[in-house]
Amino acid sequence: MTAAQETLDVTVHRGTTRGACYDSFQVPAHESQTVLDVVSWIQQFADPTLSYRFACRVGMCGSCAMMVNGTPRWTCRTHVKKVAADGKLMIEPLRNLPVIKDLAADMDPFFDKWTAAQGQHHPSQTRHDPIEPIDPGDPLRVEADLGVECINCAICYAACDTVAGNPDYLGPAALQRAWTLLNDSRDDGRGAILDAVSGTGGCHNCHSMGSCTQYCPNELNPMRAIAGLKRETAKSFFKGKRNA
Amino acid sequence: MLDLRLYMLQRLSALVMAPLVLGHLAVMIYAIQGGLSTAEILGRTQGSVLWFAFYGLFVFAVSLHAAIGLRVIIHEWLGLKGPVLSVLTWGACAGLLVLGLRAVFAVTVP
Repeated sequence: MTAAQETLDVTVHRGTTRGACYDSFQVPAHESQTVLDVVSWIQQFADPTLSYRFACRVGMCGSCAMMVNGTPRWTCRTHVKKVAADGKLMIEPLRNLPVIKDLAADMDPFFDKWTAAQGQHHPSQTRHDPIEPIDPGDPLRVEADLGVECINCAICYAACDTVAGNPDYLGPAALQRAWTLLNDSRDDGRGAILDAVSGTGGCHNCHSMGSCTQYCPNELNPMRAIAGLKRETAKSFFKGKRNA
Repeated sequence: MLDLRLYMLQRLSALVMAPLVLGHLAVMIYAIQGGLSTAEILGRTQGSVLWFAFYGLFVFAVSLHAAIGLRVIIHEWLGLKGPVLSVLTWGACAGLLVLGLRAVFAVTVP
């Protein structure tokens, strides 16, 4: 985008999974403008029927994730000048998910897989037990801590080519959550987790292409977590548990 | 489309194949360098239990490994699943096994 350029050429996905088209808008260009600012301008000043999702606007909730010029991004934390040097933007809903309308992706399959991977906490104690001391320097705790900052924005899920080719695949976020719980001494679901990630849609489908790790806005490493799950399930296989 | 059992089968077959590939390459280079004729090669392999076991194991490992790899490609690129995918997977395995074992028998059985 040059200094003299006063408008952005913005192409926006409209419609649902069943029928979609693209609309073009001319949006005033500003200094320090985010992609979410652009989408909001269109909704407020050009077409109030445009549907999209956002909440915190500061990169904490992850709800504004969309495809920007083919790349999954948090739109609230993406400056236009960094992704659209020529002043052209293509904005679409997150890949690999059904579309509710326009830019709002249906997150149900993403969270269903999170549950299918046993992403929920499996308590090892009750509220009547004394509080268990946790050593932050313990190697297992350090490994668990690597994944706890995931906010479930589904950027990694949209970036994953394995999900694109294999819709049953649980995906990077759900598997990273499973790995986090597997290393959490307070979680008592080891058997259930290893079973859950060993099925036909499990961690063994990952081709280690690394898009999840490359695009994660929180700089997490789901590929490392999936490699860890592969190691643990392989160990359980050799111990005679054919289904982990 | 890979569960733990198929994943382990593919990794373990790769583990078996790795030294056999090196052995096969070494044999080929040796045979070419020494200028062995077809008759001389067959003279060494026919009736040899060692060469039968070497290439027989190789064929088994390749058939399993390749069939599981093809299964993933077929599922991800063509979207096939269920019984159709299983038939294609194990059909490819059986085909490779038949072709490979025919060759093994041809060069090792007198």
